[in-house]
Amino acid sequence: MSLAYLLKRCGLILYTLAVVSLIVFAITQVLPADAAVMLLGENATPEALVAVRARLGLDAPVWVQYGHWLSGVVVGDFGVSLRTGLPVAPTMLEALGRSLVLAGLSIALMLVVAVPLGIIAAVRRGRLADVAVSAVSYIGVSVPEFVTATIVVLLLADWAQLLPATGYVPLTEDLGRGLAHLVLPVITVSVILVAHVSRMVRSELVDVLHTDYIRAARLKGLSDRTVLFKHGLRNALLPTITIVALDVGYLLGGVIVVEEIFALPGIGRQLIVAIQSRDLPSIQAGALIMAATYSLASFLADMAYAWLDKRIQYD
Amino acid sequence: MTELLARLARSPQGALGLALVAVVAAIVVAGPMLAPYGPDTMSVLTRYQSPGVGHWLGTDQYGRDILSRLLYGARATVLMALLATALGTLAGACLGTTSAFLGGRADEAIMRTVDAVMSIPSLLFALLIVNLLGKSSLNALVAIGIAFAPGMARITRSVALAVRKQDYVSAAIARGESSAYVVFREMLPNVVAPVVVEMTIRVAFAVMLFATLSFLGLGAQPPASEWGLMVAEARRYMHLSPWMILWPSLAVALVAIAFNLLGDGLRDALNPRT
Repeated sequence: MSLAYLLKRCGLILYTLAVVSLIVFAITQVLPADAAVMLLGENATPEALVAVRARLGLDAPVWVQYGHWLSGVVVGDFGVSLRTGLPVAPTMLEALGRSLVLAGLSIALMLVVAVPLGIIAAVRRGRLADVAVSAVSYIGVSVPEFVTATIVVLLLADWAQLLPATGYVPLTEDLGRGLAHLVLPVITVSVILVAHVSRMVRSELVDVLHTDYIRAARLKGLSDRTVLFKHGLRNALLPTITIVALDVGYLLGGVIVVEEIFALPGIGRQLIVAIQSRDLPSIQAGALIMAATYSLASFLADMAYAWLDKRIQYD
Repeated sequence: MTELLARLARSPQGALGLALVAVVAAIVVAGPMLAPYGPDTMSVLTRYQSPGVGHWLGTDQYGRDILSRLLYGARATVLMALLATALGTLAGACLGTTSAFLGGRADEAIMRTVDAVMSIPSLLFALLIVNLLGKSSLNALVAIGIAFAPGMARITRSVALAVRKQDYVSAAIARGESSAYVVFREMLPNVVAPVVVEMTIRVAFAVMLFATLSFLGLGAQPPASEWGLMVAEARRYMHLSPWMILWPSLAVALVAIAFNLLGDGLRDALNPRT
């Protein structure tokens, strides 16, 4: 991997963030005919409108507003929440931390479940196990998070009384109870990912198992196990990294819904609350942080791919 | 086209998808005629009923018949998702074809920007647009359409570029055909099929996204019988009457499964690898 490629890739991330910041800013602050009226409602007093306009700098030309906002964002200052009066950045970063715990556990669960499922389906191609895995993964990718959440709450919290249905306990405060509160959200977020990734692992592995080098390894007399794990799986899992990175977009969307349903105070819930209370600086911060997380994930995936697969020469 | 359908019907998943989508389409068209009750007909005497004679799927907190609400709600959910996908496809196809046609620096600039826009998760993008336009069904439709456009632009462009390199296009140009002939008679028919396949798969996602927006209170508004909204309203009565939440959840999932099966079947029928 050349230094030039790395620099180009970093440049692309900066470009992405610039475009995203423009879009977020435009959608939230420029396109509404009068952001102050949108924030306060039609019945706001003229004095209140003037006050909000002054506070957000809405009187200045659009590009001055954007420059002012962006210069703050670059140094991590997203302004002050209109709802709580507190600085937005620390609140959002704290919430992001909780969401990353949810996302990380979901990805871990996904890998532990999806990869073996994909392997079984590919190895037993066309047999009952394959058909079963395919059917389950079809259902998995077709069930939105709010439906999954409903079902797991009905089954595991309501009926079996095994786990708490909603709420959040910090892991640092009480690890056991904290984890118990995360089980249902993590299951809910993982379902779609497991379904999607197990299908990918299956189809990649099926393709790989038909290549000449696998046939050569078999003819050489290597055991099925060696052929599968040393030769097949390594090559099949590489493209899966890219899929996982693309799925981070899904994951972030899922996180928004799941945090809202399970009352988990992560960045998704902050964003929904911000949208419902029309808290402009918080909406802008939440959206930008989520988009930045996604670009970073796909960058890291590209790097990991290049690092693991020496045949890939980026230039 | 007939050949494609025949190939589709030969694969079990394609045939199943086609059949399920046909049923869904029939319900969207004829749902209100099939419904035994009106979607908003309330009755104090029949609240929270379990499935049984008279109300096959039970009733909700106002005694409204859930089957009738689902049948009416097919339009509020599936039709809106279809229109949203169509909007996104149309916008994306225009952008993608333009980009492929322009080529060079313009193409590069457009596609880098499309990539950047795609780093905003669809649900987040849709939330931001609904926040701008206001909460309503129509605005949720527009929001999903806009959120889908970049992805469709990317796919249309890559298909258009691949088609332009084909021998039959070079042959047509060598024959001295006009640009319009090459674009409309040679390229477009070959671009449409893969884009339609992609669109079919997106419909499944659009149904889920539309229901999710309504579930979050940002799409269809009460008393609409949109399925995601029905789930959101039923959550409060989950302990009292789980049926209320089960049926609309199943409806969303089934429609998404139907379109996923059809989309995958179409994709296989279009690229026969084996």
